[in-house]
Amino acid sequence: MAVISSETIPVTSEPDIVFVRRRVRETAAQIGLSLVDQTKVVTAASELARNTLIYGGGGAMQLESLNGPRLGVRLTFSDNGPGIPDIQLALRDGFTTGSGLGLGLGGTKRLVNEFAIESKVGQGTKIIITRWK
Amino acid sequence: MLLFQATLPDFCNRVEGGFLVQALSTGSVIAEVLAADEDSFLKEWVDDARLLKHNTAMAPEPELRLQCANFLASFRKGVQSGVVGKASDPQWDDLRGLLADVSKSRALQGFTAIEIAAFVFSFKKPLYHRLRQAEKDPLVLASQIWETTELLDSFGLYATELWLDTREAIIRRQQEEMLELSTPVIKLWHNILALPLIGTLDSARTQVVMESLLGAIVETNSRVAILDITGVPTVDTVVAQHLLKTVTAARLMGAECIISGIRPQIAQTIVHLGINLLDITTKATLRDAFALALERTGQSIRSEEAPVN
Repeated sequence: MAVISSETIPVTSEPDIVFVRRRVRETAAQIGLSLVDQTKVVTAASELARNTLIYGGGGAMQLESLNGPRLGVRLTFSDNGPGIPDIQLALRDGFTTGSGLGLGLGGTKRLVNEFAIESKVGQGTKIIITRWK
Repeated sequence: MLLFQATLPDFCNRVEGGFLVQALSTGSVIAEVLAADEDSFLKEWVDDARLLKHNTAMAPEPELRLQCANFLASFRKGVQSGVVGKASDPQWDDLRGLLADVSKSRALQGFTAIEIAAFVFSFKKPLYHRLRQAEKDPLVLASQIWETTELLDSFGLYATELWLDTREAIIRRQQEEMLELSTPVIKLWHNILALPLIGTLDSARTQVVMESLLGAIVETNSRVAILDITGVPTVDTVVAQHLLKTVTAARLMGAECIISGIRPQIAQTIVHLGINLLDITTKATLRDAFALALERTGQSIRSEEAPVN
């Protein structure tokens, strides 16, 4: 599997989330994802970027387009925030420690093909999602 | 024998042939050289400054000449006391005020930060040229140039900062204008409102959207409000939550909301996310939503001519 392109975008403010969505949409369109899949991966990126900002206290997103065997886009969100103590609970629909709907993390998992989450309490969280063409 | 006891911060006092010679202070020297040939100085500087074109147009010549002349006059006033000092010293109040005006007007005209700074820095060349002619002792000359460089550099930075302030003020104003722009509540028909939503629905904008919609419901006594999201590219959980809150608030005020403009890809994404919009009436197009709104308010639109079959 080869990485065609890679860039890192900071996620430290609301306007950054808008920029994340725009870059993900451009990259997804570039590798030829269908309109539905583009919208799915952009929505997933929007959810995770907002989590990174609100719950992780800010961080960054790495945006990669992949080749092999299929084309795809891989997003890695990382922050140095408080971490998630119970990942299974966090993934459950309707669970939130904030004031949202509690659908972001579980919903994101359903919007992409691959979903990996690593989190250490007190150290931060890293979430990697991939959407294949 | 010529004996130097020169250290950099304080070598204006030198010992020459056993006699202590008190050199003129840098400020006084500058005041002198500037007084000697003000007109030719100004001409030389304006000619230089005019060539500082980077990527936008330079100020019109009369304006540039006036700015240069005012700068020179303020600068001469500043060195009158004989002390160069720092840019924040009171003797430079005039010049700082002038730079503030120049930076602001140039920022509004679309000049770049580089051009603003270069305008101040371009003052160095004609000035140093004259200092070189007036002072033969290289050590004294070096100290004069260093003192003046420090001063003019901080003026350059000051001017750049003011340019940035002006630009930021413009951006803030545009953001505020956009908030207003993006939330027009339209009275579509008797008792029917429409709210075409466009672009990013972040929390600041959603707040404005909700307020203007609720205000319009009271004002027009409307019973149905159509929220059209055709122009919203992404509906994530936060956007959905904002929409749900708006619909609930409108309902509390006795108005029913219809969400229209849900495109196929948005519909699929909402389903995957698991957002429950079942309690809300939704339509694919604004046209469908309008037809439903007419029905709910007991109205109908009929063509006067008989339909041709």
